[in-house]
Amino acid sequence: MASISARRLSKELTEIKNEGCPVGINLVKADDFSTWLFTIEVMGESLYQGEKYTLQFRFDSSYPISSPAVQFVVGDGHTSPVHPHVYSNGHICASILGNEWSPVLSVVAVCVTLQSMLASCKKKERPPDNDRYVRNAPDNPKKTRFHYDDDTV
Amino acid sequence: MSSDYEISDDDENYYDYDEDMIDGTQDEEEEDGDMYMDTYGDDFKVAPKNKRKPYEIEYESLSQAAVEKLMQEDVEHICGIFGVDGSTAALLLRHMSWNKERLIEKYMDNPSKVLVDAGVTVKEPSSPSAPVRSHSSSNSNSNANNGRRPTRSTSKLIGLASGSKSPKIPTVSPPALRPSKPTRPTPFVCPICFDDSPDLKPLSLDCEHSFCSGCWTAYVSSKINDEAEHCIRCMAEGCALVTPDPFIRALLLVEPTEPVGEPSLQKENVATWARFQELLVRHFVASNPNLKYCPYPSCTNTVSCPGAASKASLATVVPIVSCGRRGFGITEEMSQSQPVGMGLAAKEHKFCFGCPIESDHRPVVCNVAKMWLKKCRDDSETANWIKSNTKECPQCQSTIEKNGGCNHMTCKKCKHDFCWVCMGPWAEHGTAWYSCNRFDEKGSVEARDAQSRSRASLERYLHYYNRWANHEQSAKLSVELYTKTEKKMEDMQITSALTWIEVQFMKKAVEEVEKCRTTLKWTYAMAYYLARGNEKELFEDNQRDLEKAVEDLSELLEQPIEAENIPTLRQKVTDKTVYVQKRNDIVLEDTAMGFLEGRWKWNVAVEGFDEPEKVEF
Ligand SMILES: [Zn+2]
Ligand SMILES: [Zn+2]
Ligand SMILES: [Zn+2]
Ligand SMILES: [Zn+2]
Ligand SMILES: [Zn+2]
Ligand SMILES: [Zn+2]
Repeated sequence: MASISARRLSKELTEIKNEGCPVGINLVKADDFSTWLFTIEVMGESLYQGEKYTLQFRFDSSYPISSPAVQFVVGDGHTSPVHPHVYSNGHICASILGNEWSPVLSVVAVCVTLQSMLASCKKKERPPDNDRYVRNAPDNPKKTRFHYDDDTV
Repeated sequence: MSSDYEISDDDENYYDYDEDMIDGTQDEEEEDGDMYMDTYGDDFKVAPKNKRKPYEIEYESLSQAAVEKLMQEDVEHICGIFGVDGSTAALLLRHMSWNKERLIEKYMDNPSKVLVDAGVTVKEPSSPSAPVRSHSSSNSNSNANNGRRPTRSTSKLIGLASGSKSPKIPTVSPPALRPSKPTRPTPFVCPICFDDSPDLKPLSLDCEHSFCSGCWTAYVSSKINDEAEHCIRCMAEGCALVTPDPFIRALLLVEPTEPVGEPSLQKENVATWARFQELLVRHFVASNPNLKYCPYPSCTNTVSCPGAASKASLATVVPIVSCGRRGFGITEEMSQSQPVGMGLAAKEHKFCFGCPIESDHRPVVCNVAKMWLKKCRDDSETANWIKSNTKECPQCQSTIEKNGGCNHMTCKKCKHDFCWVCMGPWAEHGTAWYSCNRFDEKGSVEARDAQSRSRASLERYLHYYNRWANHEQSAKLSVELYTKTEKKMEDMQITSALTWIEVQFMKKAVEEVEKCRTTLKWTYAMAYYLARGNEKELFEDNQRDLEKAVEDLSELLEQPIEAENIPTLRQKVTDKTVYVQKRNDIVLEDTAMGFLEGRWKWNVAVEGFDEPEKVEF
């Protein structure tokens, strides 16, 4: 009997394979139930037109009861989008990945949320505390307690 | 509480101290006029313990059960007024941080809004088709101000994505996410774990977001254990309903009629339920300025101290309290049934009600104590060398190691007697003009240029820091030395005719020394910030007398112990202990009175006090 996280992820994977991802989101790698990679593009008119980013999901056995660790891949030709909630090391400050995570949310739902976060951006800039955060940031963004005070940006 | 120690009024002057004196209020009960009987001459008269001393604050220690009872009273009060059940009243009170008055006011004004805000009821549907927001419904705006997500531009798009714009999105939330209770057309599939076995137990709150009991338990446990969260919302995305206590209880505790599950899991769930109870108590305590949770690890007691609840009170009192327990992880019964050693296991849970310092910082007030600790942290490198346990003999330069609490050092090589702290000859320390504790300010007054001023200011700081650190160190060394002696004393009890109580005098003396060195330590923090003048000089006179008495007693404690000299030693140590206790009382009492009278003036700005007339340093 597989663990809940494995069963849940295999179910999500089957659905992705059967029905495909939403427009602008593509599955790159899902060889196991610990790390998945997606590419993400913003469709239509936006500040990020023509740009493509890679999103990494890391799961542990507590998924989906607790959130996956999600970040943009940085290095090896990848960069993180310049956005007020995205740090230059790829970490993302989004309440949905923290205290507002719900176990009914899925990997694709997270991708779509982040895609829309980029789509609605009005100004390309880093978070004001970017340098300080990046210097001290833990490897796993889940270890950071972000303050989600201005999600409206 | 200093009254854990008394002199009996019969001729056998043994010590009688209460291990089980657990709260300051007990003092009142012990009216005892006999204590005034002057059996010991002037020096040995101990203040009667029937009155709280000016340096003691009135407080009460509460067990977790006692705090739960207070919570229950509030809950019942609200039940009576609002006509709601207990678990609803509890959610409402927690939502309002246990501010009953505000809750009643708000509830009378708009009960349905308060119930929705507290996560008790689902928000009134704006249209019948959308009773609750879930990410598969398209009108997610309707709940945008449900309190959980004040700002949400992002989740809206999940709805859009799974709606008309991206028809290809997989439905991770099958229809079973919002089952309607009376008719469930398809067999239940848990939308989290995708289990569909027929014996699955779907559970939901009033919002009817159903999930299997296994997922609920895992979720609730994760919130309680990993996030220390007592306010646990429904698992559906964006749903603001809060799980009431009976729901959590049913998940974690097996009813007697139910089949018992896997024992290890069962045990884990019981621990999670206990942790949940503790989180609720902690939240209640944190919401009430009259209460403070004991900071000692794994202790669940609370102290109630209304006299130190306001910030303003902290300029006149030093609210040192004790939760009533001792040791780490040991039960009260264990610590009371038999005498415990001097180590950490026996330590009373003493802490300050007014600030985060987890030890006794009398006689100095919280704000000054905090300032001093910050200064020590900031200057730690400069002062580190002082803590070293070896110094050179001022006469022959051979290396001397300090291994006891006494400051009187005798060089093994040249027999020179000197003071460990000021390195001056020890002979002078016994005389009236002894001033090891006082800093000679002349040097700093005369300093003209910036460089010599800064050197003078460092020297001044080091003078106080040196003595501060030394008392801390000496207290530790005395206790260490005693643990070696203790064994010997116990052996003597077996080989000689001495009774258990007769060999306790050393332990009592060491405890007193440790206590007085703590006082002395903080008097140096206080003196560092005291403005110069008569008051400071009187303070330093009292400090010097206590220090002298403590050093004398420390020296006695380091004498070699032999069975035949025990009676004499015991008499000497006992007399000195009483004297030291009296000196300690004088320092604590006079300083406390000074705060009540507004007598102490500082050389820096201190919160809660008048600005200093002129900043000297
Ligand atoms: Zn489930
Ligand atoms: Zn719900
Ligand atoms: Zn305690
Ligand atoms: Zn304090
Ligand atoms: Zn010498
Ligand atoms: Zn000295």
